[in-house]
Amino acid sequence: MALPLLLLRPILLLSFLLFAPIINFKAALGSVTEEDFSEELLLRPLPDRKVLAHFHFRSRAPHTSSNGRHHHLFPKAISQLVQKFHVKEMELSFTQGRWNYDRWGGFDPISSNNAKPPGVELWAVFDVPLEHVDDSWKNLTHALSGLFCASVNFLESSTTYSAPEWGYRPAPGSLRYGTLPREAVCTENLTPWLKLLPCRDKAGLSALMDRPSIYKGFYHSQRLRLTSSEFESEEGGSGIVLQQTLTVVVQPDSERNVMSYSHETKLQPSWSLTSIFGRMVTGRCVLAKSSTVYLQLDRGLVGQLDYLQKENELSNADKSVYEGFSSNPGFELSVKPDRVLKELNGFEKKTPSVVYEFYIEKYSESRPFDLGLTWKLPVVWSCQKAPLHASRFLMGSGNERGAIAISLRSTEVSDELLHTDMSEGRCKLEVKVFQVVPWYIKVYFHTVRVYVNEQPQEVSDVVEKMRVSPSVDKVSPGVMEMVLKFPCGMKSAAITLEFDKGFLHIDEYPPDANQGFDIPAAIICFPNFHTSMQFFTDKSVDRSSILSKFQENNAVLAYTEVLLVPLTTPDFSMPYNVITITCTVCALYFGSLLNVLRKRVGEEERSAKSKATKETGRLRQLLSRVSAKLRGRPFELPQPPSNSSSFISSKLILFILVAGIAVFWQVYFG
Amino acid sequence: MVAEKESESESETPLIPRARPKPRPIVQLGIFLISHSLLFSKHRLVSFCSVVFSTAGVLALLLLPVLAKNTYISENALMPGSVAPMLSNQEVAEANRLVKDLTSLNSKPLASAIGSQRLISQYMSNLGAEVSHHKFHPQLNQFHPLHFFSSPDSGRVEQNISCALHGVNTVGIIRAPRGDGKEAIVLVTPFNSVKLNQNEALSLAIAYSVFSLLTRVPWLAKDVIWLVADSQFGEYSGVAAWLRDYHTPVFSGLGTLDAEMCPESNNIYGLNENLSTKRTIYDGFKRAGTMAAALVIKVADRSEQYEDSLSIYAEASNGQMPNLDLINIVNYLAVHRQGLRVKVEKFWPLLGLKWLKTLGEIFESLGHLARSVNPQWKFGIPAADYIEGSATLASSLYYQALGVPTGPHGAFRDYQVDAITLEIFPKVSSLDNKVRKNDFLLRSGRLIEGVIRSVNNLLEKFHQSFFLYLLTSPGKFVSVGVYMIAFALLVAPLPMVAASLYVDASNSDYSLKIDKPAPFANASDEPCITLKSWKWLFAAKKVFFVHLWGSVVSLLPYFICQIPSCTPTTSFIIWVFLSILSLVVMYIVLASPSSHANESQPQRGEWAILKSVTLSAAFIGLCLMSVINFASAEIGGLLMVPMCLMAHPLKLDVKARSIRTVSRVVYNLVLGFIGFPPIAFIVLKGAFEGFSGVNVGDFWSWVESLWAWNSATYLYIGMVYLPCWVLCIHILFHRC
Repeated sequence: MALPLLLLRPILLLSFLLFAPIINFKAALGSVTEEDFSEELLLRPLPDRKVLAHFHFRSRAPHTSSNGRHHHLFPKAISQLVQKFHVKEMELSFTQGRWNYDRWGGFDPISSNNAKPPGVELWAVFDVPLEHVDDSWKNLTHALSGLFCASVNFLESSTTYSAPEWGYRPAPGSLRYGTLPREAVCTENLTPWLKLLPCRDKAGLSALMDRPSIYKGFYHSQRLRLTSSEFESEEGGSGIVLQQTLTVVVQPDSERNVMSYSHETKLQPSWSLTSIFGRMVTGRCVLAKSSTVYLQLDRGLVGQLDYLQKENELSNADKSVYEGFSSNPGFELSVKPDRVLKELNGFEKKTPSVVYEFYIEKYSESRPFDLGLTWKLPVVWSCQKAPLHASRFLMGSGNERGAIAISLRSTEVSDELLHTDMSEGRCKLEVKVFQVVPWYIKVYFHTVRVYVNEQPQEVSDVVEKMRVSPSVDKVSPGVMEMVLKFPCGMKSAAITLEFDKGFLHIDEYPPDANQGFDIPAAIICFPNFHTSMQFFTDKSVDRSSILSKFQENNAVLAYTEVLLVPLTTPDFSMPYNVITITCTVCALYFGSLLNVLRKRVGEEERSAKSKATKETGRLRQLLSRVSAKLRGRPFELPQPPSNSSSFISSKLILFILVAGIAVFWQVYFG
Repeated sequence: MVAEKESESESETPLIPRARPKPRPIVQLGIFLISHSLLFSKHRLVSFCSVVFSTAGVLALLLLPVLAKNTYISENALMPGSVAPMLSNQEVAEANRLVKDLTSLNSKPLASAIGSQRLISQYMSNLGAEVSHHKFHPQLNQFHPLHFFSSPDSGRVEQNISCALHGVNTVGIIRAPRGDGKEAIVLVTPFNSVKLNQNEALSLAIAYSVFSLLTRVPWLAKDVIWLVADSQFGEYSGVAAWLRDYHTPVFSGLGTLDAEMCPESNNIYGLNENLSTKRTIYDGFKRAGTMAAALVIKVADRSEQYEDSLSIYAEASNGQMPNLDLINIVNYLAVHRQGLRVKVEKFWPLLGLKWLKTLGEIFESLGHLARSVNPQWKFGIPAADYIEGSATLASSLYYQALGVPTGPHGAFRDYQVDAITLEIFPKVSSLDNKVRKNDFLLRSGRLIEGVIRSVNNLLEKFHQSFFLYLLTSPGKFVSVGVYMIAFALLVAPLPMVAASLYVDASNSDYSLKIDKPAPFANASDEPCITLKSWKWLFAAKKVFFVHLWGSVVSLLPYFICQIPSCTPTTSFIIWVFLSILSLVVMYIVLASPSSHANESQPQRGEWAILKSVTLSAAFIGLCLMSVINFASAEIGGLLMVPMCLMAHPLKLDVKARSIRTVSRVVYNLVLGFIGFPPIAFIVLKGAFEGFSGVNVGDFWSWVESLWAWNSATYLYIGMVYLPCWVLCIHILFHRC
């Protein structure tokens, strides 16, 4: 077999050489009909001395009808997944840590799309008849579980997923949503995720993913988003689009002396790619159509820098932040950006966000790309927050009942935004709440109370629309979807829901039952507010997937905290105790019964007579036995024990064994 | 029990002569009992048994220090001390700077409370923690008759709170970098912002050094909350108010009302502007998940002679204890890692007692004897250890019985959070010397760090180890399985004697009737028999009414404390007077008809029936109390059981005039005198603290503290103990 293969090889090589230019030519065209892949990295300094790094990989495959079932860039596993389960849209995220909405922002596309609750979150829309959606979901969870080395298959159970109608995404019927808040996320989930990339982490931007540095961060979220139009009409479909993002928030290593406590002025830590990741970019992934690094400056930061600029204006020539980088008073970049993009915002008075673009194509092994940012002046700014700051907490104590409270507090952002609206007339701030509660937290939906500005309100005044599907014990979780309309000038609001804590069957408790049970994060959505960022660009936007993502008009979305509810836990050794005591009682009862049945009166009397003669001997024996026991030595019997008693005892043991098994059966399966 | 045995004996007696060849053990036991009951009288047997049981109960209680086991860390996940502490001199230096700033701020003439709060919050936010202020009004100690077992309430008394009376807690929260924020560990340092003490500043320094370390550690899995509790209204109230708002916030109305009423109180939030970081200090209430454990850190104002030492306080309300594992890790880390001496509260007067010493020596020699018989028997401890152990056990029992928390940690237990107070005693000279002080801060900080790290390791909440235990030393404990034996032995005679008295009384009546039916001839036979068989109902009625009176007495302080400007002594006298009045009224209104009927024909057995019902009531009361608060049931049982068992009408005893009866009369009178709760309190107080400063008003203040803390012991005294005492006195002076 080896010989023909060896002979074949030159022919294969030849044919490859012949056809390669054609393939390259096709790729160069960059049409939708071709598979393509692009890699991008967005870096953004955060106000609390941290840096956000957002990797974005996009693979596109054209429609199967035009391209067939074979792929050379697109991961086959994903396309098979789409084909098999008729997935229309799907998102799977693995997250560790919490997104800090106060400090890292809650109003930009990244926080709305990539801030995810801790653990695993999966939602999918299927293109199958409604009655088969559940089956597809179950199969999909198992497939993903195998694909990503995670226990996504726990989402198969109907108690863990829900079917929101409109609370999460408008896809009635065919949408399923489930979370596993306790799933631990680590490299074992990252490796299969990287395997879907054509260059893995061997070349290109993904080579930056040094495991210790990305898992050392404050937030780590790896996400896989899939949209396919495989099953729609042929013309409209753009095939399958796979977006893989990894969002990490890391703290650049800085010397302690910079972080000294009582400094009046604090300089932000300067960083570079090597200081964050310990690696440099040594060139692009050759298979990628585009490979770009972006550095984004927040609106707030740009505003602050402008302010600094104006202060320095007397001495400096008037150069705005987004025009030059070397002349910037606030910071200095080690690499000259290839392009500077400015956000388009005609209607807002705010300063626009600025994006520096770096093309990786220019860099190579000999000339690696190492972007560095050195702060020259202390800058303090804050990110744009979501209109309302949402937090959720538990109320009450004890193992019987409690309440879930969602508190919403207005941030200064919403004030500004809403005051403009106020002039137009009566304005309402719309908030959509989607909450899934496991069945053992028995929420009483009639106890919904709403407080606005610390005043209790009629529920019907505030709640615009509400859909509740109550939980069914051991079958399905309780789902609450709500649209609330608050008056615009609202300062704070609170929604409370009372619940009773349920009891689980002993075998339904997880191994760490005493930790408590999780209530998955609720989703707070603000349909009035959109996270769209338009940038001054030519046609390059469709080249860049991140920027096109920024342009999408999505509603602002925030997740609340995961809650931990301590439930009553049984004494898990109790069944064992019950078995032991039952067996003892059975043994005593049946033992004496057997004893009575077996003995014959005549024989008893005879033996009693004979025993009476050697009564004194027995007493001595008893004494010696007691003393031996006290001294802790084994007692040697003067005579060997009789055979019959051992026979009886073995019978008895057998009997006890049978009784024990019966009791065990009764306890566990009865 | 006895009644059953009696009935069994009735049926078995004819079987004995048949001479069974091999009777089974249970039958043998029955025969043994019967033969002995034939030997003595039945009554004697019961009294013999009851004496044996009660002495065994007392003996078992005295044996507890000997039976105490060494503590061990039951939860493997805790892993205390498995890593080297990370706290270094750098953090200590930072903490020292905080102390210096605080003292310099406080030494200024116009230093306000706000200033030091502001300083602390600034230090916190410089570390990157989320800082918020929590304003609270101290809750006045008020008597809530129905709040004894209810959970802490959210409804607050808001009527007449002046603006001046508010405290401000400063709360800093570190979010665990990679944690999911479901759980939190709480550090509490009580701090009086109005008047700064050196020791409070030191406790702040310890907490601050740990806090600053925790902002940088990578291993944190649970959020850390540092609560600087305003202690100007007592250490407890600030912590309790914060916990109440944490768990049961009120959404409607009150916040805005406060803001309008007290404009000057809000200026604490105005301090945010001058922070260079411009990190806004949140004026709302910040939260962080379910609390896993809480540590209250205090530095004592008195110093220790020889070495730094640590005192652990664990008792919360109604004798609830935190999980033993929490005490274990503190003890382990303090002793084996930081070289601090750990102490638990001791009952000092017991240390000098002669008889206890002899008892200890006896146990020691018994232990030696046991070891000589079988070297594997580990029984007996040195006499000195025994005395120490029993002193600790006594204080452990006392504080649990009192039901009043021994520190701010008590507030946490009400929300099922395990918490302890660590009071650290610095060595005498260590506070003056700078190096020594740093060493002291470093060691205490490392201890706290180690405990937090252990709790942080914890996957589940504390559940592995014991919740019901008594400590005999920081490293030794008696678990519920052992100490319940002493209590069970102590109260076992009550139902036995009650049953035997009842059987005796009904039998004697029966015989009485058969022997001389003359006294009953005038009455018709039919109602007489029904009267006889239901006779216990009269006694039960009497007992019930006395218990009802007991509950009335325990409600009286609610009205008495409404009277303005009352000294404790006058309140106490009013209370006693009102109680007697209510007893008389109740006697006239309710109990007179039945007693009248009985008076006309006093019966011999009546007191016996009454005693039997009293005993049953006492037994039920004690057993219920042992479930709620074991320690108070145990101490109450020690007083009540001898009193109730020995109660016998004085008239009968005086008539008999034998040595036995005279001694019983004396014994009964002494017990009856001492048994009166105020007298028992004063005698005990006098015995341990000297009679010089004893005042009847003390009892009132003591009782007041009990109900202010919602202690179930108060209910026990009012509704179980006092009625039983009254019934015993009633039996003593019974006309028969």
